[in-house]
Amino acid sequence: MRFLFKTHYNQDIDHLKHGGDRFWYGLLLLLVAAAPAALGTFYLGELNLVMIYAIAGVGLMLLVGYTGQVSLGHAAFLAIGAYTHSLLLGAGLPFLLSLVAAVLVSALVGAGVGWIALRMTGIYLAIATLAFAMLTEQTISRAEWLTGGFRGLAVPQPSLFGMPLTEGWQRYYLTLALLVVTLLAALNILRSSTGRAMVAIRDSEISAESVGINLAVYKTLAFALSAGITGLAGALFAHRLGYLSPDAFTFLISLQLLLMVVVGGVGSMRGVIYGALFIGFLPQLLAIARDTLPPQIAQAPGLEPGIFGLILVLVILFEPQGIFGRWLKIKSYFQLFPLYRRATHRRQKTYLRTERLR
Amino acid sequence: MPGAGARGPGDTLSQLLQVLVNGLAVGCIYGLIALGFVLVYKATEMVNFAQGDLMMLGAFMAVTLIGDVGMPWVLGLFLSVLALAVFGYLLDAFVLRRVLGEPQFAIVMLTIGLGFIFRAVAGLVWGYDPRSFPTPYTGESLRVGGVVVSYENLAILLGTLVLCVVLFLFFRHTRLGIGMQATSQNQLAAYYVGIPVKRVFSLVWAISAGVAAVAGILLAPVSLVQPGMGFIGIKAFAAAVIGGFGSIPGALLGGWIIGVSEQFAGVYLPAGFQEMAAYGILIVALILRPEGLFAQIQRKKV
Repeated sequence: MRFLFKTHYNQDIDHLKHGGDRFWYGLLLLLVAAAPAALGTFYLGELNLVMIYAIAGVGLMLLVGYTGQVSLGHAAFLAIGAYTHSLLLGAGLPFLLSLVAAVLVSALVGAGVGWIALRMTGIYLAIATLAFAMLTEQTISRAEWLTGGFRGLAVPQPSLFGMPLTEGWQRYYLTLALLVVTLLAALNILRSSTGRAMVAIRDSEISAESVGINLAVYKTLAFALSAGITGLAGALFAHRLGYLSPDAFTFLISLQLLLMVVVGGVGSMRGVIYGALFIGFLPQLLAIARDTLPPQIAQAPGLEPGIFGLILVLVILFEPQGIFGRWLKIKSYFQLFPLYRRATHRRQKTYLRTERLR
Repeated sequence: MPGAGARGPGDTLSQLLQVLVNGLAVGCIYGLIALGFVLVYKATEMVNFAQGDLMMLGAFMAVTLIGDVGMPWVLGLFLSVLALAVFGYLLDAFVLRRVLGEPQFAIVMLTIGLGFIFRAVAGLVWGYDPRSFPTPYTGESLRVGGVVVSYENLAILLGTLVLCVVLFLFFRHTRLGIGMQATSQNQLAAYYVGIPVKRVFSLVWAISAGVAAVAGILLAPVSLVQPGMGFIGIKAFAAAVIGGFGSIPGALLGGWIIGVSEQFAGVYLPAGFQEMAAYGILIVALILRPEGLFAQIQRKKV
């Protein structure tokens, strides 16, 4: 066990609590920065995708994991970000400006959705966001004059300060920089009063309201932040796709984002990264597994969603805290060895909590 | 479907009625799926996102038993509903009971995951080619005035009606039905008076899966049977929400509202509105009355 001797109040909210943290995160940063030198184009591209997922996951985690509002429609914000970015880039706006515009537009739409969703809780909120995503998908496929509908929309090549970003490593560093900025921003929000208010709302709306937190303001803000960050991921995702069409942003994508948050571990930013790695590399693992399976099963077209579903079910049944929760348990096993008790992390028995009274 | 350009006043009226009848038939299917949501939600406060996929499994069961095995029609129907009911019971007993009391979010994700598994398994077992479902009454229709009602739609309307009456009588007059009502009103009190709450939960899941199978069997003749047919479950959500997620007549009424407005949007509005109608109505309904038309939620005093 490590005991910290705190000499300053700010140590309570430091991101990196002690030397060990600083060392490991520094090493991670070095490794990630050196990755393009060691990895081939394919794996670099996959890592890029993982980081794009991670940015979207940070957005969703702020909403689901820290504010407690479930959204089944985050693919819509991804789509809004992607389309706004490509359209503005096509209209001749510089890359960075159009990126900012994509974030702002998504955040505005998110604030609108959040404002509408204020009166809803729990399951009604989930269904409303689902309906919103369906409406967005339909609107995009019908508004052919703007988005090209199912014919698709070509995404212009990005360029930064006159330098075209076509190489894999250039896009990798761009995504990496944006991911680091997003993560730091999210972590800073979470240790500010805004973040504390969001967590308070997650834990109990009634008690949050009674200590003077304005539910309407903070819920709308959480939606806007979450949508904006997801929109940023959408803009990057557009470059990854190269060609936008409405069927790239279906319900399945919303679900994949949620799966990322759940598998990684609800309520932790590190979980987002684990979840993104999981989602990003699962198709690769499945492709490898297909070679060993009998061909009738391996060639079945619906296998991948089925496996996603199976993993989701198993995680919720057996490890609701996700990969991050499992990691905490493993860590405390070694820290407390040989005194680890299973009961420390046992799920509390809860009675059926009713939503009919609220 | 006749086009929007009707000629005389009589034509317009019969067209209106025609669209209305079609809408009511589609609405019945939505209503039946919504009924499944509502039964489970009322008793256990779980929202079952796999309800549409249970319906798909029911339809496939019927296709297999009647079309492939060659069972008599009525026996095949009965057996497929029974099979789904048993499946629903086991699903609750072995999977869903473990997450009782977990946050709503976990349950939603769990049932979504289950839906994906059902779809993949159905794809593995029955394949992805759409299949038609022959019935003794396929192709015949009833003419009333200028309105044509196909026997398939008639079967949907009558089947829904009969099922609702049966459910109503069950909940009102049998011991088990009353026990279920008691459980949904107050679990703890139900325990105290000796109702086996866990078994009641499983039985509610069985009924709900059975209702889903009926919906699938009624829908199968008018649409094709394929693993993706459960997606209309999302529209049935709209029906359940409009109906207030807690009342059986509400679910049916919600289904009718969605079905009829969808058909009218398809005939009288430009393309695309038919798909959007259900979600549009859902969002408007949630904005106006966030707790549904027939609300049950009470505000707790702090």
